[in-house]
Amino acid sequence: MSMPRSIRPHSEAPEDAYERERLDSVRPADWHNPQPAPRYDLVIIGAGSAGQVAAYAAAALGARVALVEHNLFGGNCLNIGCVPSKSLIRTSRVYAEMRNAEQYGVQRPADIQVDFAAVMRRMRGIRARISRAASVHRLVAANVDVFFGDARFTDSDSLTVGDTPLQFKKALIATGARPDTPSIPGLAESGYFTNETIFNITEAPRRLLVIGGGPLGCEMAQAFCRFGVHTIIVQERPLFLPREERDAAQILADSFARDGMEIRLNCKAVAVRAENGEKLVDLISDDYRSTVAVDAILTGTGRVPNVDELNLDAAGVAYDNTVGVHIDDFLRTDNHRIYAAGDACLPDKFNHTADASARIAIRNALQSGHERLSELVIPWCTYTDPEIAHVGMYVRQALEHEIPVKTFTVPMHDVDRAITDDDEMGFVKIHVREGTDQILGATIVARHAGEMINEITLAMVAGVGLSTIARTIHSYGTQAEGIKLAADAYERTRTAAATGSRSES
Amino acid sequence: MENIDDTRVMDEQTLDQLQRAAFGYFAQTVNPVNGLVADTTRENCPCSIAVVGFALSAYPVAVERGWMTRADAVERSVTALRFFRDSDQSGSPDATGFKGFYYHFLSMDTGARVWRSELSMVDTALFIAGALTAASYFTAHTADEIELRELAELLYRRVDWRWAQDEQGVIRQGWKPECGFLHYVWQGYNEAIVLYVLALGSPTHALEGSGYEAWTVTYQWENLYDYDFLYAGPLFIHQFSHAWIDLRGIQDRFMREKQSDYFENSRRAVMVQREYARRNPNEFAGYDEYCWGLTACDGPNDGMPELGQRSAPRQHLFGYAARGVPYGPDDGTMSGWAALASLPFAPDIVLRTASTMLQRYPEMLSEQRYTSSFNPSLPGRGADAWVSTGHFGLDQGILIMMIENYRTGMIWRLMRECPYIGIGLRRAGFRGGWL
Ligand SMILES: Cc1cc2nc3c(=O)[nH]c(=O)nc-3n(C[C@H](O)[C@H](O)[C@H](O)COP(=O)(O)OP(=O)(O)OC[C@H]3O[C@@H](n4cnc5c(N)ncnc54)[C@H](O)[C@@H]3O)c2cc1C
Repeated sequence: MSMPRSIRPHSEAPEDAYERERLDSVRPADWHNPQPAPRYDLVIIGAGSAGQVAAYAAAALGARVALVEHNLFGGNCLNIGCVPSKSLIRTSRVYAEMRNAEQYGVQRPADIQVDFAAVMRRMRGIRARISRAASVHRLVAANVDVFFGDARFTDSDSLTVGDTPLQFKKALIATGARPDTPSIPGLAESGYFTNETIFNITEAPRRLLVIGGGPLGCEMAQAFCRFGVHTIIVQERPLFLPREERDAAQILADSFARDGMEIRLNCKAVAVRAENGEKLVDLISDDYRSTVAVDAILTGTGRVPNVDELNLDAAGVAYDNTVGVHIDDFLRTDNHRIYAAGDACLPDKFNHTADASARIAIRNALQSGHERLSELVIPWCTYTDPEIAHVGMYVRQALEHEIPVKTFTVPMHDVDRAITDDDEMGFVKIHVREGTDQILGATIVARHAGEMINEITLAMVAGVGLSTIARTIHSYGTQAEGIKLAADAYERTRTAAATGSRSES
Repeated sequence: MENIDDTRVMDEQTLDQLQRAAFGYFAQTVNPVNGLVADTTRENCPCSIAVVGFALSAYPVAVERGWMTRADAVERSVTALRFFRDSDQSGSPDATGFKGFYYHFLSMDTGARVWRSELSMVDTALFIAGALTAASYFTAHTADEIELRELAELLYRRVDWRWAQDEQGVIRQGWKPECGFLHYVWQGYNEAIVLYVLALGSPTHALEGSGYEAWTVTYQWENLYDYDFLYAGPLFIHQFSHAWIDLRGIQDRFMREKQSDYFENSRRAVMVQREYARRNPNEFAGYDEYCWGLTACDGPNDGMPELGQRSAPRQHLFGYAARGVPYGPDDGTMSGWAALASLPFAPDIVLRTASTMLQRYPEMLSEQRYTSSFNPSLPGRGADAWVSTGHFGLDQGILIMMIENYRTGMIWRLMRECPYIGIGLRRAGFRGGWL
């Protein structure tokens, strides 16, 4: 079979050994699409997290599986998302700690020079290494037919990859999402980065404007700021991470301020123009107008599902450009042969939801399962410093559903290990149904909140309440003890109620 | 620090002196021609409409305590109320107000908007609360007191609260002629109960629908340091509405469900502040269980070095900011008046705290009056603290009222007699107690 006609730009990153290794894993140069089987049990479109998880799971069931990818295996997470961003964040923490060395009783290095090229090289090395697990060859070895090219539906049970028709009994749409670029006059002409391009650079800009105070904008703004880039972040809403609790967003703003970031909340970028080699960006906040000059702009203003190139109408699959593929609680589209998973259809655009939804879709599609998306307990984390992690309900949601809710709060300054580590910024907040120990949700703001939230998620999935957590020995010398302290506080209110004493005494 | 007795409680005489000194602020900063009162004693400082509300509430106290004649108090109040009645309500950039609301900051001389300030919903409410307090106190059948009551009524009736409601029903925080409504809204919990009660009690433009519910839906009922309370970080939030409204023993739906009330909640807020100060996570100088008071106040940021605390090497200093517990911002700055203004909620603790704080840092008073704030971590980290310059009207106003409520309950009584407060509270779902 021939190579697909429309070959997409694979990567603009420097062509070093790491990049050669990664591309060899995720887009082998000498690849030839196989001869298709007459009919597949399952055709998957998209080889990101959702697509790959689905392919392995289906192949393990003995299904005849084809996987179609038009760009790079590993999708967003590996190539232009979680992996490169988390690599950069780690290095940026080192720089922050170097600058704050005296806090730990360490002499501050005299001259802290940021070697940005080395930062990016390290990132490429990590990406290459992790790409091995997402490689084309591994999937082929698992008995999956891999096709590179653009997938387009032609009928309710067929699609084409380039010129090659594929017939299927079932199909899974796992085409992910791409950055939504804001329509700011002059932005396109002046040039800007998104997560698709920022990880290719090898030289840091002197001044960076980050547009958007969601997870992506916040993570990258803080990282670049810590690389010594003069960073300005503009956020249209009054707080960062509008989905999160006010206290969490406030702590984040404080942390950014300490990093020396220029914070523009309740502020909108309205026009961009390039002049004398710099970009001038007009900002407006209520009635206050200002202009900032920067060398680069990074946008993080949301993600739109990749649905419009799939010719979904031919397959009878409903979709729109905001929500993506329309699915029911079983991840089924209007065409009951066709399912969807991951960023292409879910509002919670995370790697782990892509993974979890793909597993459900496979069980429902191939094993007559009846698993529901709504039953998933989905945690998430924004990897700023401190990290902001959440699972389950927010207080506001509980109150809107008329569920009486009470929160057990432990500031990190009450956790010994947070004190020894100078990681006292943050809190553990666990929301329970008032009068019970049933966990409705939790928000953790802490250096390692992402690690800590998993315990709460497990408790929620297992139906374990705060009493059980209080009985569970937590290794002393961990920050996760904050969770135990919250559970202990709950136990004290129970004892107080039983003995008739006040909870506060 | 020797000779400091932290078991001593503040005596009645000191309390009286402090309350009277606070009242002196209004006499000092009022423009007798129009009744406007300056936001602070700093040079060329404009009028804050909220401070006028506090002044209108303080005059009756001053009359009762013999610091001012009734005639002077009436004249001063009527002058202010007449000014607002006759003020430019066109909403133009240099008017005084719009839709019955007023710009936050006004020229002391002309009453025109200054600093491009916003038309402020909560500050208008504090002004109106003051006007209604005056109307409740000056009930004589004399021409000037009748006029005073009519003016207060007119100004209250003129406020179009409904106009300031957003799609969810909550009240917006501000409006500017240059850009329309600001993006912020009043969602709980914070100092805006009095705003909602006045907006619900209005005989002319009462809030529609479930505005109050939309305000409580963002409440956070938290167990923090073993206290169950409706969380808000800065102390003033737990005080402002209480200056006027007697929230003892009456409950809205939220507090009924929690088997508490807002007064008890403010007592617990004191306990939480105390616990925080005891822990003092940032290791600031002076903090302990008898020295606290994190609230919205002035701060030392201008031209001062960064603090070099052990656990917060780059602790930033702030200027005027809403400091709070337990998440900050906290730069070691405390307000003596804020601790004392919690007096009605936890008298024993507060009297002991206020006394200890004054013994340790007498410099927090200037002209025997509380300054906005002090910071013992600066500059010498010893007994001599950085102290905010001059005086701020809000601080003095809340202090006079809370000391009075502790001593006689006078303001609470006056406002219990104001029918609109009762109507507003009942519309918000409050029941029980004196209601
Ligand atoms: C900067 C950044 C950081 C992130 N960090 C995190 C994190 O820390 N944790 C976390 O959980 N999530 C994170 N995410 C989100 C996470 O990356 C995504 O949720 C996840 O990758 C979604 O997986 P997916 O399989 O649904 O989609 P994708 O990974 O996007 O895969 C979709 C694949 O489909 C292919 N495709 C699209 N259209 C077609 C077509 N017509 N034909 C053939 N192939 C097609 C694409 O090329 C792509 O390879 C981050 C995202 C970004 C942008």
